Amino acid sequence: MAIAAPPPAVDVDARAAHPANEPVGARTHRVLGSLPTAVLWAIVLIWTIPTIGLLVTSVRPEADQFGAGWWTIVTNPSLTAEHYGNALFDPPGGSLPFSDAFLNSFAIAIPGTLVPIAIAAAAAYALAWMDFKGRHWLFIGVLAMMAVPLQMALVPLQQLYTGGAHLTIAGTTFIVFPDLDLNNKPVAVWLAHTAFGLPLAIYLLHNYISGLPRDVFEAARIDGAGHFGIFWRIVLPLAKPALAAFAIFQFLWVWNDYLLALVFLSQNQDASPLTIQLVNLVTSRGQGTELLPAAAFISIVVPLIIFFSLQRYFVRGLLAGSVKG
Amino acid sequence: MADVKLENVNKVYENGFHAVHDLDLDITDGEFVVLVGPSGCGKSTALRMVAGLESITDGKLIIGDRVVNDVHPKDRDIAFVFQNYALYPHMTVRQNIGFALKLRKESKSEIDRRVEEAARLLELTEWLDRKPGQLSGGQRQRVAMGRAIVRRPQVFLMDEPLSNLDAKLRVQMRAEVNRLQHDLGVTTLYVTHDQIEAMTMGDRVAVMDKGWLQQVDTPQNLYDHPDNLFVATFIGSPQMNLVLGTLDLGGAEPHVVVGAHRFDLTPAVLAERPGLRGFDGADVVIGIRPESLEDAAIDAGRHPSTIDVMVELREGLGSEVVAHARLDARTPKVETAQKDPDASFTGGGGVEVVARLDPRTNVRMGNLATLSVDVERLHFFDQATGLAIRT
Repeated sequence: MAIAAPPPAVDVDARAAHPANEPVGARTHRVLGSLPTAVLWAIVLIWTIPTIGLLVTSVRPEADQFGAGWWTIVTNPSLTAEHYGNALFDPPGGSLPFSDAFLNSFAIAIPGTLVPIAIAAAAAYALAWMDFKGRHWLFIGVLAMMAVPLQMALVPLQQLYTGGAHLTIAGTTFIVFPDLDLNNKPVAVWLAHTAFGLPLAIYLLHNYISGLPRDVFEAARIDGAGHFGIFWRIVLPLAKPALAAFAIFQFLWVWNDYLLALVFLSQNQDASPLTIQLVNLVTSRGQGTELLPAAAFISIVVPLIIFFSLQRYFVRGLLAGSVKG
Repeated sequence: MADVKLENVNKVYENGFHAVHDLDLDITDGEFVVLVGPSGCGKSTALRMVAGLESITDGKLIIGDRVVNDVHPKDRDIAFVFQNYALYPHMTVRQNIGFALKLRKESKSEIDRRVEEAARLLELTEWLDRKPGQLSGGQRQRVAMGRAIVRRPQVFLMDEPLSNLDAKLRVQMRAEVNRLQHDLGVTTLYVTHDQIEAMTMGDRVAVMDKGWLQQVDTPQNLYDHPDNLFVATFIGSPQMNLVLGTLDLGGAEPHVVVGAHRFDLTPAVLAERPGLRGFDGADVVIGIRPESLEDAAIDAGRHPSTIDVMVELREGLGSEVVAHARLDARTPKVETAQKDPDASFTGGGGVEVVARLDPRTNVRMGNLATLSVDVERLHFFDQATGLAIRT
């Protein structure tokens, strides 16, 4: 007897490929399911358009820049690198060249990142793993500092920098903070960024470091490591993802900062960063407007490079501590 | 090497929890002592106090001839093996093992020599440059051991080091740890909740419960002569059967009545347990090890005392048959060490008993069976105190 042929299998894939055969419910589900992605792409596009406009405008001749919208480049494709050259090396009105301001930004952003991280890592370890009285309340106090608005501290800080702080009790004056004459020096900005970056840094690093397994610390203690040894040889290497994530945030924040640089450095042109120089570029007579797009682009190059090269740390660092590897 | 002495050691946590009560324990030089007990019995706390990871609330801890209550862990000359290995994940095996030596500022060549020697002993040589994340559980466990032995400490302290391994590896590592300890001759205090591990590894075993030390003795003595009901039921698997019986020692034939049955007590039994005289006419808890029961048909009259039971479950293991059966007798009202999940039969009165029978036995589920009882190996306990009745 011949073997009966198997019944023709219903080809599920083939049916799905023909939307006409698809049940209505499934189609609705499919369309709705892709909606969030579509919305996200739309948002990305909307947010990217001004940046593209900026980039296009920065490479067009002055006449074209002011003559019509940036999209007319499609019909009038004339390009020039002149604005970049002028902004970098020869700005109008004798303001600081962008090549120098670029270095100034680094000179502010690098210490403004490393100093708070170094302090915060040590503080986070102490708050997480050292036993001392009042540890809990100290930690809460540090977190409460996040609520202090930056703007409120500007004037007192400036007074502290120029006059120091003194306390007079019964005719005797004590120096609480010496007059170091810090105003208009880069160190003034470093200190301010350090102070305002610390609470969040301590919070994030504390979360990560307190999540490290306890017995690793105990093993290190038995192996003979003191607090410093544990911090240096165990905590710092293990907290690398969290340190990297925070370093990126803090660096971008300091790099993009305008307010603190304006308050503490605006009298010192030679030390001022890109954000200040971007504003100074346009003189009171209106010269230099054509350089603005190029200058703006120069100032966002570093954040862009950092973001794209280190973006995996953003994700990993934010998840840090929540998922045990 | 050194001996370790705990004298009246107590641990009270800040929240008032009294984790360890008056712990007295002498570990002689080179001895392997296992601390065993159910979770929360204080065994890990005791070990961590010896290590210096927990402070000692009261009492004395002596290592060698030094009181080390307030000595920093690193200066106690001990090594600790953690349950989760606690390896440094960012260091290679070589760095992990050599970390303590590096902190002691030993020379580079000395560190290399000793790390490689330890690695050879533990067959880790080919993994020296890997990181812990790339190793299997058994290998990580050996790295943890390596980290301990490379320091040549006076004392090894181990906190359930094998509990994260799978069953087969655990048996293998058990032997390996034993061999290593024997070869190195280092005094060892080993914590586990697994009574089989305790029995197979320890020169002596210390049983703890609820923060109190229950009994310290060699594994065989613990099994043969448990001091109280806790130790009796904690040591041994399947656990000891407990039934309530009434002693009658007055007549010509001293015996104990268990339900409808009567076990004649030979002069030897009474001679070994003179304390029984004081309980004449009273209820006592009788402990019967599963292997003290045998199918009466196979026993062929060697043990004249028998019980009739209803067989509820028969588990053939090849080498033996484990029978779960119901005996018409009274259940003692005592708190025992562990609830055997297999023994939680419901319905019907009487006492659930477990017997380990010869594989040739014909007992069947749902049938009545007659089991002989080895009266010489019965255990008697005071129902009020739970203490063994001996002297």
